[in-house]
Amino acid sequence: MKVAVITFPGSNCDYDLYKAAQQVGADATFVWHRERGLDGYDAVLLPGGFSYGDYLRAGAIARMSPVMEDVIEFARKGAPVVGICNGFQILCEAGLLPGALVRNDSLLFSGKDVRLRVERADTHFTSEYHPGQILRVPIAHGEGNYEADEATLERLEGEGHVVFRYVDAAGEVTDAANPNGSWHNIAGIINDDGNVLGMMPHPERAMEELLGSTDGIGVFTSLAASLSAVAS
Amino acid sequence: MSRFRLEVRVKPRPGILDPQGKAIHHALNSLGWDGVDDVRVGKAMYLDLVADDSGSAVEAAEAMCRKLLANPVTETFEVSLVEELRAASGADA
Repeated sequence: MKVAVITFPGSNCDYDLYKAAQQVGADATFVWHRERGLDGYDAVLLPGGFSYGDYLRAGAIARMSPVMEDVIEFARKGAPVVGICNGFQILCEAGLLPGALVRNDSLLFSGKDVRLRVERADTHFTSEYHPGQILRVPIAHGEGNYEADEATLERLEGEGHVVFRYVDAAGEVTDAANPNGSWHNIAGIINDDGNVLGMMPHPERAMEELLGSTDGIGVFTSLAASLSAVAS
Repeated sequence: MSRFRLEVRVKPRPGILDPQGKAIHHALNSLGWDGVDDVRVGKAMYLDLVADDSGSAVEAAEAMCRKLLANPVTETFEVSLVEELRAASGADA
């Protein structure tokens, strides 16, 4: 499985993502944001960070990068695309996912471990989890407050496009467990076709016991499993 | 062709939580301005651009708002003409 990790000026989780992809056996390559063409890749990963210093809006300038035209085409073909943190913001700005990520309701940058509930365990990115499983994964963002218009939110819930939700240790959706004010505690969503995932928490930082949690591995093993199923 | 200075105002959509505005609102209240009911924080951008006339300058800026300067999910925008500037080229300098 060949995986492209797109690097923008200001990306800072690109190496973590590269390592995470390698850990599940992928052949990972960094693709600079000015490069063109994603032929030959099986999946595209958009890392976290502060592309272009979050100027204008988080992800707004990165979305105009040359490679994003190829990412959009790649996604439209149905191939898997994952955006984490700033990558999620970029996917929303690019229109590959609905809604937007705005300033945390606390106004503070939030960097800590959170608990996530797996809402869908039948996607390309979550098949190695079981439904309702509680994960411990870190967040690190100032603009992770998921907002969208009423119709979009209803559709996301109605069609089961919410993949991860912030919950407390007991697995309950509470305001106290919501680190940023996201509507319905949304932490991660998929698109209509199920091939584009965006999430604010960082599974690539929860890959080793040494780092405090291995709960993020499932995102990458699920992706690897889904790609090998396609290949065979 | 003339040069125009335009002001672009980008504001949070009604209904979208504006935590920055809320924090400023509380600060104003705590300073004694009890009459302040609501605060919303947006941003203003100033563009100098060359166009045939002021109408097409405004139209161009509106197109820029739709494409990049504002996010339609969370923001609204308004464009207004500030002034016509002196020609950019050295022709009349």
